[in-house]
Amino acid sequence: MILYFLALVLFVMGLYCLVAKKNIIKKIIGIVITEYSINLFLVLVGWRKGGIAPILLKGMQKSEIVEKGVDPLPQALVLTSIVIGLGVLALMVSICLRLYEKYKTFDMSEINRLRG
Amino acid sequence: MQAYFPLFTAIPLAMAFINLLVTKVNKKVTDFLAFLAMASLASMAVMMLFESPFSYQVGGWAPPIGILLVSDGLSSVMLVIINVIGLLSMIYSTKYMTTYTAKPKFYTLFLLMIAGMNGVVITGDMFNLYVFLEIASIASYALVGFGCEKDELEASFKYLILGGVASTAVLFGIAFLYSMTGTLNMPDLAVKIPEIGHNHAMGFVMALFIMGFGLKASSVPFHAWLPDAHPSAPAPISAMLSGVLIKALGIYAIARIMFNIFGSDTMVSSILMFLGALSMLVGVFLAVGQHDFKRMLAYHSISQMGYVMMGLGLGLNPNVPPALAALALFGGLFHMVNHAVFKSCLFLCAGAFEYRTGTKDKTEMGGLIRRMPFTSATCSIASLSISGVPPFNGFWSKLIIIVAFMKAGYTVYGILAILVAFMTMISFIRLQMNVIFGKLPEKFAKIKEVPFAMVLPLVILATLCLAIGVFYPLVDQNLIEAAKDALLDKAQYISFLGR
Repeated sequence: MILYFLALVLFVMGLYCLVAKKNIIKKIIGIVITEYSINLFLVLVGWRKGGIAPILLKGMQKSEIVEKGVDPLPQALVLTSIVIGLGVLALMVSICLRLYEKYKTFDMSEINRLRG
Repeated sequence: MQAYFPLFTAIPLAMAFINLLVTKVNKKVTDFLAFLAMASLASMAVMMLFESPFSYQVGGWAPPIGILLVSDGLSSVMLVIINVIGLLSMIYSTKYMTTYTAKPKFYTLFLLMIAGMNGVVITGDMFNLYVFLEIASIASYALVGFGCEKDELEASFKYLILGGVASTAVLFGIAFLYSMTGTLNMPDLAVKIPEIGHNHAMGFVMALFIMGFGLKASSVPFHAWLPDAHPSAPAPISAMLSGVLIKALGIYAIARIMFNIFGSDTMVSSILMFLGALSMLVGVFLAVGQHDFKRMLAYHSISQMGYVMMGLGLGLNPNVPPALAALALFGGLFHMVNHAVFKSCLFLCAGAFEYRTGTKDKTEMGGLIRRMPFTSATCSIASLSISGVPPFNGFWSKLIIIVAFMKAGYTVYGILAILVAFMTMISFIRLQMNVIFGKLPEKFAKIKEVPFAMVLPLVILATLCLAIGVFYPLVDQNLIEAAKDALLDKAQYISFLGR
């Protein structure tokens, strides 16, 4: 239970960082933290106490895996979501670098040519 | 056709990278390669309209475990919108994108975006939907910043941050759903969720999905990125973003999940109706004061999406008579198709005016009908269409939505819809006066009509605006009926499980 709560705390911290910080690098870190909190949550979904890897080794009974094996699907999902996160991070950092070239600042409050 | 169903994502994905490799050797073939991919996709999408609903098991794995691709009325309509408008935008960009460098890279990103959107509308698996959503979103972030100037980069960064939050919310929701039901297959979820019933966790999941997909659909509390991102992108991309992307990633996903998986619900229904009405009003009020042509169109996108959201919301309501709910849903889906046609036409027109005059400020233009007759005429037709003037398509869908709301007893929403239609009309009449009619400024006395490759998509889209309106009972009624039935018939969706 406490671990699920930790995932939520991480998520909220990431969102706070995203909203409150002006530096765009810090905003990027905020996004990454929220992503990691979701990954942690996904891993926790598949976790069970005393679980083993769901691989059938020699001399193992099938029932053993049914009893103790963890759910492998969330782990596959986490791998995919980490890769997607990497793609987004690379794009964010490259746009951030271009922004620095144009504006000579990382401060989001000074990057305000567009007003909604 | 059934065996070729996965090609809808495979062709654009493959062509995106083939294009990048081939153009290392020969830069001239890039237009041809992109055209080949989009033309085959568009013709396949039109052929899909004649197929009865079916499901495709990826890799031959049986449904609850393997990934399922689903084709029903709604998916086929969405496929047609995405691929036909994609084809027209692509033809348009062959000339328009010559003002930018790195055309092959543009086509690569464009095709990746098409692949992502096609994937979202054909998939029957929650996580698969998330992956395709991310493919389309990442490609669109990069495309918004394609110009690499100050404005474009800022808009792209804003869009990226907000889109990132939306994707996180969607993934969070999917993780919750999986932990409760133990499945990611959408028809299987439709079976298991009623067994669990309503609890707090399910409410949280719905809230996350409404936030995540609502942000992609830019409904009002989450709309901040749209008026920056859509005008900053190159014109064909604005047309794709406004005409297709916000529908495929936002409206389609909300409709599919809320109707086919969760089923009708009073709370979600009233939230969607409220958000829809709010988007309508806020969008149109912000649009009236804009000078920038494309920015004004972007605000109108928010406002028109409000109509669609309202229609969906009433369709979800279990307390109104089923016939009225179906009528509202029909109106919403019809308006979605119409909006795709006229809004992409308007954005392409804005791009064409910008291509010749070099400005996006509509107060600087004027009298352009004398110099650019085709562009101006199509722009007029699309403006009449969006403001809901009778023979054109926008009129019918708005009328259906308003009638459904009035009959269902939601008089306030009905009156708001009429008011917003009126405001939209005022805003577009002012646009016509500023851009098309009036006095031609001295500096534009020598400009010419845009090239044929840019006129052709405009003429086709304007013809569609008129054709959908006039031949409405003959052609499109059956298509949208099928889409509506696909959403309302939950049993049919569950039957894709093949049990």
